[in-house]
Amino acid sequence: MKKWNIAALVIGLIVLAIAPMGLKKYGLYLLSYWMVFVIATMGLNLVLGYAGQKSLGHAAFMAIGAYTVALLQAQGVSFWLAMPAAAALSFAVGWLVGYPALRVQMHYLAFATLGFNEVLMLVIRNEEWLTGGTFGINNITRPAGFGSDLSFYYLIFAFTIAICGFLFLFLRSPWGRAFTALRDNPLRAESLGINIQRYTLMAFAIGAAISGLSGGLFAGLVNFIEPIPFSTQTSIMMYLMVVIGGSGYFLGPILGAAIGVILPEWLRDFGGWYLVVFGAAVMALMVWLPGGLLSIPQTIKDKRAAKLANEARSAHAARLKAEDEGAQA
Amino acid sequence: MNQPLLKVKHLAKAYGAIQAVGGVSFEVQAGEIFGVIGPNGSGKTTLFNSMLGQIKPDAGTIELNGKDISNATPLQLNHIGVGRTFQTLQVFSKMTVRDNLIVAAQEHVGSAFSRLFAASDAGLGARADAMLEQFNISHVANYMAGTLSYGQQKLVDIAMAFMSQPALVLLDEPCAGVNPSLVANLRDLLKDLNAKQQANGQQCSFVVIEHNMDFVMSLCHRVMVMVEGKVLAIGRPEEIMANTAVLDAYLGH
Repeated sequence: MKKWNIAALVIGLIVLAIAPMGLKKYGLYLLSYWMVFVIATMGLNLVLGYAGQKSLGHAAFMAIGAYTVALLQAQGVSFWLAMPAAAALSFAVGWLVGYPALRVQMHYLAFATLGFNEVLMLVIRNEEWLTGGTFGINNITRPAGFGSDLSFYYLIFAFTIAICGFLFLFLRSPWGRAFTALRDNPLRAESLGINIQRYTLMAFAIGAAISGLSGGLFAGLVNFIEPIPFSTQTSIMMYLMVVIGGSGYFLGPILGAAIGVILPEWLRDFGGWYLVVFGAAVMALMVWLPGGLLSIPQTIKDKRAAKLANEARSAHAARLKAEDEGAQA
Repeated sequence: MNQPLLKVKHLAKAYGAIQAVGGVSFEVQAGEIFGVIGPNGSGKTTLFNSMLGQIKPDAGTIELNGKDISNATPLQLNHIGVGRTFQTLQVFSKMTVRDNLIVAAQEHVGSAFSRLFAASDAGLGARADAMLEQFNISHVANYMAGTLSYGQQKLVDIAMAFMSQPALVLLDEPCAGVNPSLVANLRDLLKDLNAKQQANGQQCSFVVIEHNMDFVMSLCHRVMVMVEGKVLAIGRPEEIMANTAVLDAYLGH
C-alpha cells in the first residue's frame, strides 16, 4: 500500500471517529445506517464483484441476521452470542442459495435469488408465532454498555473496521485470486484446478454471513424490525450501491452505500420527485460509467499501464534486434 | 522400455451417424513431444476433448501412468497432472501476468483451508519468476495480462499450463493466430522447456494439435497423422514426411 493511501485511511478513520460527536440524533442515525449498509454491501460485493455471481437477494440475508439477533435476544441470549449465530445461520442459508448459481448464471441467477428473497419475505410475514408477521418485533435491546446512540455507533464502527479488515486479508490470500479467476473465466479456472463449485458456494456463504452480521447490527440500531426493510427493493438498492461504487473494487461499497443512503436524503427537497432524480442519476452513471465510480482512477491507471507495456514491448523488441545485428556482425 | 505415460486404446466417439473418432490407439512416452496432425474433420479435436474430460467417449480407454482417466472431469484431470491450453486465448485479463501464473498453480499448494492463511503468492513467487524468465516475459510481469499484445498473452497462456508441473500438457493449436516470427520463437521456447525439464528429471510430455506443419515437424519427437477418425501413420517427423500414404491423403502432393 502506498504511503498516501495509508494516510488517507488514517484520516478517514479519525474523521469517522470524531464526526458523530458533533452530529444531532438524525445525523448520527444516518451515519450508523450508512455503515450498516457498508457491511451489507461488502458482503454483496464479494459475491457480485469478486466471484461474479449476480445476486439480487442479499437483503434476505440481512433479514436472517436481524431476525436471528432479535429472536435470540428475546430469549435472553446475549448479543455477543446472537451475532455469531446470525452469521452462522446466514452462512448456511447462503451456501444453499449458492446451489442455483452452479446451474444458472447472469440474469437467471438474479431471478432465482430474487425469488428466494420473496419467499423469505412471505415466510416472515406468515409465520407470526415466530416473527410477529407484519407487526414485526419491538423493543430489540442493545448490548450492555452500547445503549446510547453514540456508543452503538462506535460498536457498528468497530464491526465495520473488523469486517473490512477481514475481507481485505481474505481477498489478498490465494482465495481472493481464485475468486477473480472464477469471475473472469470459469472454464479456464476449472482447467487450472480451481474447484469452481466450491468457490461459488463459499462466495455465497461468506457474503451472506457478512450481510447477516449487518442485519444483526441493523436490528440493534432501529430497535424494531418488520419485513419491509428487507424486501427485494432493498436487495435491488444494495445491488445498485455495489455497482455505483464500483463492483469488484474493495472500497466500492463504502462509496456506493454513501450514495445510496445519503443522496436520497439530500434529494428530499425534490419531494415526490426525488426518486425520479435519483433514478435518472443512476441511469446516467451506468451509461457513462458502467464500471462504477471507482473505475475512474482505475481507467487512468490502466491507460498508463498499457502505455508502459507498449513502451516496454518496443524497447524489448529493439534490444532483441540490436542483439541479432550484433551477433551477425 | 518404460511404461508409457499416456496410453490411448481403441478410442471411439460418434456423433449420430458420423464416426468422429473410430478406434484410435497410441502411446506417449514420458518427456516426449507428441504431435497430432490431420485435415479438418479428421477427429483431432474430438480426440482432444475426450482426453480432457470435455466429452465422454463411446468406447476405448485413456490411461495415464496405468490409471484409467477416461471418466475424469476437467478438474480431476488437472489435479492428476494434466495441464492444457485452449485454441483461443484464455488468460485472466484483469490480473497481472505474474498473478496469472500463480493462480495457475495455487490450488496444488496445501489445502483450501491452509491457503486461507497462506502468503498472497501461495509460496509460488519464485516458480512464477522462473517461468516468466523461461518464456521471456519477465519485463511485463506486473502488467495486467489484458494489456499485452496477442503474442505475449499467448506466451502467458502457455506458461500457465506448465505452472503446476503437470506430467502431461495438451496444447490445442498453440500457433493459431500467432504471427510467423513468433511461431519459431514459440517452438524454440517449448523445445528448450522440454530439454530443461528432462535435465531436471521432471518428465513432462506434450501433446500438440496443430495445423502448422513446419512447427509440428520441427518441434515434435513423434507425429501421429489422423484421417477420417483413424490413425494413418505414427512416426518420427522425417518418417512422416517420407510416408507416401500421408503425402497422398493429407498433404495432397
